[in-house]
Amino acid sequence: MMRHPPMGLLAGLLIVLSTPGLAATDAAEDAARWDILQGMYFKDRPVEEAGALIRIDAPARAHDAALVPVRIEVEPSLRLKSLSLLVDKNPVPLAATFRFGPASAGSSIETRVRVNEYTNLHAVGETQDGRFLMTVVHVKAAGGCSAPAVKDPQEAMARLGRIKVKLPETLSPGSPATAQVMVSHPNSSGLQFDQVSRTYIPAHYIQSIIIRAGGQTVLEADTDISISEDPNLRFSVLPTGGGSLEVVAQDTKGATFTHSVPLTTGAAKGDPAL
Amino acid sequence: MRTNVGLNVGGAALCLLAATLPASAEPLPVTEVAPGVLVHQGAIAEPAPDNAGDTANMGFIVGDSFVAVIDTGGTPELGVRLREAIAARTDRKPVIVINTHMHPDHVFGNAAFAGVPIAGHANLRDALAARQEVYRQRLAEELGAGAAAGIAPVRVDRPVAEEVRVDLGNRILVLTAYPTAHTNNDLTVFDRKTGTLFTGDLLFVDHVPAVDGNATGWLRVIDRLERVPAVRAVPGHGPARVAWPGALDAQRRYLTVLVEGVRRVLKAGGGIQDAVAHVAEEERERWLLFDAYNPRNVTATFAELEWE
Repeated sequence: MMRHPPMGLLAGLLIVLSTPGLAATDAAEDAARWDILQGMYFKDRPVEEAGALIRIDAPARAHDAALVPVRIEVEPSLRLKSLSLLVDKNPVPLAATFRFGPASAGSSIETRVRVNEYTNLHAVGETQDGRFLMTVVHVKAAGGCSAPAVKDPQEAMARLGRIKVKLPETLSPGSPATAQVMVSHPNSSGLQFDQVSRTYIPAHYIQSIIIRAGGQTVLEADTDISISEDPNLRFSVLPTGGGSLEVVAQDTKGATFTHSVPLTTGAAKGDPAL
Repeated sequence: MRTNVGLNVGGAALCLLAATLPASAEPLPVTEVAPGVLVHQGAIAEPAPDNAGDTANMGFIVGDSFVAVIDTGGTPELGVRLREAIAARTDRKPVIVINTHMHPDHVFGNAAFAGVPIAGHANLRDALAARQEVYRQRLAEELGAGAAAGIAPVRVDRPVAEEVRVDLGNRILVLTAYPTAHTNNDLTVFDRKTGTLFTGDLLFVDHVPAVDGNATGWLRVIDRLERVPAVRAVPGHGPARVAWPGALDAQRRYLTVLVEGVRRVLKAGGGIQDAVAHVAEEERERWLLFDAYNPRNVTATFAELEWE
């Protein structure tokens, strides 16, 4: 369901909606774009307003269009089956879909996205009974998808595939904890142009991140080029008392990166692999 | 000058330049900060129509035989005006253009020096190649398509990996490449004759420093720079001339506050937005353009330090 839209459809969409309009028509244009995206990604199933149940926290004006922090707050009592984040006007609007498993302790999630032009961000939660709940914010930023990769390419290549996990200092079994997973990867969008070679740097990005705790799924993320370099997720996990937090990330060249840290309760955390 | 360019590609580029760049223009005002060392001071501002993109310092050094150009300004036209300023001061010719780093406000005037070899950090070519198209588009948005017309293709003829000396005739310049700091391609130029150090953007004065590299690396580079036996420096942004090494102090303080502030937020488990809201707030009144750059500096430094 959350597959890529067919390229022809996407190209058509971009042509239809790139026609410059007057400022007064911006809202109408945004709504028209969302109509198309909704049909593309949610198969014309009704998408309701989420109201207070889901909220997006993102800077109204981004400081770095290639690294826009986005937090999706989901009302703790609402346990979603999946949550999708869309950057409406990006070349590939669907940034990520997160599917939550039994070791998830809540559906709120934080990540970082690229923003190519002034755009709406949509978060769409899928409830256990199959309803879609949507919320939206507007973000002012531009150039994030074609922005030059990494400030220090040598360091980035040396670090490629390294995974870092951050956990609270103390964990108690059955009590929700915030965890952070970072995957070092240039996440090349395919839209970054090299002026000397006169070519676009090929797309090369993390397309899947699976996180398990004590053998049970916390979340499975399908990720795309709208996610910033060094994909970064903050989420809630339910520690099981022992076991480990395992991360498996896969990129578009078929490389798999894995990392595991113990979920020892009560012990001081750090990241032993670092 | 055109006969120096043997490649067809270069010839084509020159024709293009001839079509878009003015043959002459009002020379840029320059100040002689030391004998034979001339500096044009850019505005402390973001590139905008009211400053015509003239927002970075640039200069030239005159030896007994030749001239070295250090940075060329933010548009091809500023490069032409710098060339005119050189011609107005000396009949000796530029033999080298030195780019202190990749940023467009320092390199887009290169177009006016088509036949002159360009020296830069060994990382400069790749770094600028990856960014030039984005920089060009941004300049066209800021100043109009005309200002961005005629930007020269990326060219670094003399890559500097560590240190290179240039003899202008009874005058040795020392070009030094640094590890990642302000960017991953920072280079300084030291005129031994007068003890004048062109820092490029390794030194910001008054203008808040901009981190497009690595804040902790920059602090280490400051420790190294401090030992350069200069008597004065020409910062990339700020006055044409500042005292050395005292002018480093404010920037070191800012970067230290930035790094320590981000580390505190990370230690407390905070996110980027918490850091952006608070870090280095106490520095706000001490710098120009604080709001334009500090949030980005915090964002970049957060993404750097969270891997520690």
